[in-house]
Formats: sequence, C-alpha cells, structure tokens
Amino acid sequence: MRLVVTDLAADRGSGPIFEDVSFTLAGGEGLLVTGPNGAGKSTLIRAIAGLLRPSAGQAVVEGGDSDFPGVSDDYPEVGAAAHYLGPFNAMKPTLTVAENLAFWQKLAGGTMALTIDEGLEYVGLTHTRDLPFSYLSTGQRRRIAIARLVLNCRPIWLLDEPTSGLDAASEREFASLVREHLDYGGIVVAATHLPLPVEGMKRLEFAGAAS
Amino acid sequence: MMSIILRDIRIGARAGGGMLIGILFFLAVIAVVPFAVGPDLNLLARIGPAILWIGALLASLLGLERLFQADREDGSLDRMILHDHEHPLALTVFAKCVAHWLTTGLPLVIVSPALGLLMNMQPAAILATSVTLLAGTPAITFIGATGAALAVALPRGGLLVSVMVLPFVIPVLIFGVLAAYGAVENPAPFMQPFLLLCALTLFFAVLGPLAAGAALKASSD
Repeated sequence: MRLVVTDLAADRGSGPIFEDVSFTLAGGEGLLVTGPNGAGKSTLIRAIAGLLRPSAGQAVVEGGDSDFPGVSDDYPEVGAAAHYLGPFNAMKPTLTVAENLAFWQKLAGGTMALTIDEGLEYVGLTHTRDLPFSYLSTGQRRRIAIARLVLNCRPIWLLDEPTSGLDAASEREFASLVREHLDYGGIVVAATHLPLPVEGMKRLEFAGAAS
Repeated sequence: MMSIILRDIRIGARAGGGMLIGILFFLAVIAVVPFAVGPDLNLLARIGPAILWIGALLASLLGLERLFQADREDGSLDRMILHDHEHPLALTVFAKCVAHWLTTGLPLVIVSPALGLLMNMQPAAILATSVTLLAGTPAITFIGATGAALAVALPRGGLLVSVMVLPFVIPVLIFGVLAAYGAVENPAPFMQPFLLLCALTLFFAVLGPLAAGAALKASSD
C-alpha cells in the first residue's frame, strides 16, 4: 500500500500556507516534516488526515499488497487508514486511563492489536491503569496518548509533535516504536521540530514562516 | 454508539456540576414565580404548565454550549471526525445528544412533578406536564446540538447558541404547553398537540444530528 500526496496546498484565508507538496510513501517508509514554528507542519498533517480541506491537490491511500496486519485493500480516505496523534491528547480528565483507552479502542474498531493492559505495559504505565487521567503528569499523559497507537492496527500514523512533553528516555522508546511500526510495513508522517532519532526516514523541510 | 453514550454519561455523572446546575436553575425559576405573581392559587395553577415548560426550556439551553466544546478543546472531536468512516458523524452526534439528554434533560423531567406542587397544580396537570416534558425535551437537545455545533469554534458562544436555537424550539414549547393544558381543560384536546410534539421530537432527532454533523465537519477546517 502507498500514501500518495499530490500537489497538496492549504489556505487559511490569509494567503497560502504551503503549495505543491507532493510525495509518495510506500509501506515501511516514513517522512519527517521539520521546520520552524508556524511553517505549516501541523496544517500539512491535518490536510493529509482530511481534517482540513486542502485548497488544491489531494492525499489518497492506494491499497493492496501489504503485509501489515488487519489492512484492507481499499480505503475511501486517508483518515480511515490512519491514526492521528494531534497536539492534544484527546483524553477525558475525569475518566480513568483504562476507560479512556477502552473508549478509543472501541471507537477505532478494526483489528485489535493489543489489549489495554498490554498497551499500558508497552509505554510502561501499568500502575496508572485505574487513576483518573487528570492525575497524570504531562509526559505520562502523552505516553498514554501514544499507547492508543498500538491498540488498533492502522497502517498509517500521522503524528503532530508526538514527542512534546516526553523525557529523553521516553523519546528514545517512542523512536523505537516508530521504527517497529515501519518494520511491520506501516507508514509514518511525523511533524516535529525536535529531532526524532529514527533511521531511514525521509525528510521534508519547511522553510521559514509564511508572512 | 453505546460506548459514546456510556462515556458521556460517565463524564456527566463524575464531573458533577452540569446535571445539578440545570436542576437548580429550573428550581430557581419556578421558585421565584409565586413571589412575582402573588399568592393567587388559582392563577398559579392555571399558568403552572406554561411556567414549568419555560423553566425546563431555559434550563436545557443552559448546558448546551458544552455539548461539543469540551471534545473540541481536548482533541477528541478531531478523532471522532476521523472515525467518520466506521461511525458516521451524525450517529456520533446522535449518541452524544442521547447522553446529554439523559444527564441533563431527564433529571429536569424527574423533578418537574415536585416543582409542579410549588405551582399548586392538580395531579392531572402535573402528570400531563411531566409527560409532555418527557416527550418534548429531547427535541430541544437535538435542535440545540445544531446550534452548539455551529458555535463550537467560538469562545464563549453560550448566549449565541441560545439565541440561535430559541426560534426553532418555539414550536416545541407551543405544542408542549398546549398538550399539557389539553389534559386538564375540557374542550381543549390533549392527543393532537401531544402527537405533534412527538412528531417534532422524531423529526429533529433525524435532522438535528445530520445538520450538527455537517457543521462539525466544516468547523475542523
């Protein structure tokens, strides 16, 4: 399977944010989008996910021919094939960690990769299982949001500043998680201004902020 | 869909606040009316159903703006929009409305008989008002969902939601009060306005979530 982005452009009323972004990622390939604040990295991720209507161009998933577990041949849109890890964690402060994760796992549907407990073990936060989400520290919250990625099989990961708030050790763990996902035949698009130490990822550099 | 309903009910029950604020506001409205109108028991009994309906209407408008705003602020809304493929957004909105009504609308219906006593209403009138509230308040939630979805991106859009939604809930109010009067005043019919009220609820149960879903999708741009 492939993620094909052709001539993508986004416009937020005050002029174009980026134009003519084209790339193709096959299974096992990742793309690191870097650039200063305000360069349009998040906007690119949102446009690929389908959360923002691009002013030109398109992003599509070409299905078929993949070893990735639970992948279907035909996706109507990128959002259906992708996990989107945005700047917010999308967890409810009053619910427990397990309740939050169970809800998203159920909503995402498809093939379950890991159970909640296995997912928590993955990010090393098993002891927080029954704590309300609001009790967690910033880094722990981020790790719980990352745990969601491994609960359901989705071939494409769209990551927007995935490592914000993480300490150095967790950052390395996250990098190895991304590596593992790529090895399975997944696709990763990550927007970040922090270096993400994953080898073999392509790079897309956004120049200075659009003024 | 069940998982969304269960989640939202859990949040509503745990966060406290929302559910009680509606009831307290309802109580406050009903409690001050006798002071304003005066100790004329017959008059109170006569305007009782209308006052109960107005109180319930305003109380249900109170919490509407939070319907989607909390989900937008913490990023949940983005993910729900992305899950459109497995769970159509209109159904997600419908589930959220059901949960919202169960946590804010239903408690109003449950306390309405007690508040009816404050208005010196007859048992038949109290029963009729509660039944019409039970049938009519879901419509307010479904209409309100559209308003809440349109204003979701606006900070402090609460009053705007109420102003946008009010014209559309007026038919619900008219038929609700009409049916409640029909049950106690002899020549007036109960069944016809009550069935129209039910029809309004069913109609908006379809139209509201569809419109709100479209509005939410547009708001993520």
